[in-house]
Amino acid sequence: MSSNVASLDIPVEGSDEQLSSRQHITGFGFYIYLLSDGILFAALFAVFAVLRTATDGGPDGHMLFSAHNAFIETACLLTSSFTCGIAMLACDRRNKFVALIGFLVTAALGLTFLALEVHEFADLISRGDGPDRSAFLSSFFTLVSTHGLHVTCGLLWLGVLLVQFLGRGFTPAMVRRFLCFSLFWHVLDVVWIGVFTFVYLVGGYL
Amino acid sequence: MTTHLRHAPHRGDSHTPGLVTREAHGGLRGYIVGYVLAVMLTVAAFSVARSTNMAPFSVEAGLAVLAIAQMLVHLIFFLHINTAPAQKINVIAFATTMLIILIVVVGSMWIMGHLNHNMVPMDHLMQMQR
Repeated sequence: MSSNVASLDIPVEGSDEQLSSRQHITGFGFYIYLLSDGILFAALFAVFAVLRTATDGGPDGHMLFSAHNAFIETACLLTSSFTCGIAMLACDRRNKFVALIGFLVTAALGLTFLALEVHEFADLISRGDGPDRSAFLSSFFTLVSTHGLHVTCGLLWLGVLLVQFLGRGFTPAMVRRFLCFSLFWHVLDVVWIGVFTFVYLVGGYL
Repeated sequence: MTTHLRHAPHRGDSHTPGLVTREAHGGLRGYIVGYVLAVMLTVAAFSVARSTNMAPFSVEAGLAVLAIAQMLVHLIFFLHINTAPAQKINVIAFATTMLIILIVVVGSMWIMGHLNHNMVPMDHLMQMQR
């Protein structure tokens, strides 16, 4: 991954060696962060797997989750990952218009995903099936809302990046930030594959 | 020095070094192939979950396989993880993380499954206390 990271906002007059080593440090550091985030989610998945049947007489996954809603959420996030990739290719070619449109579509799809998730949570809580109902629902809310929180942070990050981008254009620092963002966004989609499979499909099936 | 700086990133440079390697990993075609594969695997997962004439165990196993396949598609086509020599350290870090994840998930399920199995049922426990 480190070889994928574009450049850094350090002066051009820095030696080639310095540029190259800092480039690798940033890329590798962000990659390690993403892997550690994977371990965080793995721990939450393990908690969910253990507590899946601890419903305390309350509703289980089969009664609560709609595969329909999960499918639309999956489509949103998967497509946003794709448009993010398209926007990164436009960054490679220094095509400002396509990059902007790509990132705006990514943000719009991310917001749609988030709106669907908040709506689902509000619906569950209003029916009395909030995180306080059973250990199963506590672990469900912890896992899915941690992912949702990551998506929220990603959207805030993207918003800040787009404002900077409109002002500065393709500086090396901007391209590097977009690259880190796109890696983050793709990893969130990988985590969501686990969520929709093991929470909504396997959990909803039982 | 100028020859060195040719590859150094600077304002307006149309080919930043790292991004050229990205292009070599497939470019637009790679993203489209990855997207189509991911959509197919997603639709397959949802239709497997909906099918009623399969044994629960085979449904769960099938879903797990589809999920792992789709994660690999994302890693290869979107995150561009491959076995190139330059990526050796990345692959080692990735493999180590997978090992930790495996220990955390499988270990937790194993231990908690045994504890569950060996525990006195709750209603039985209540009667013993009386």
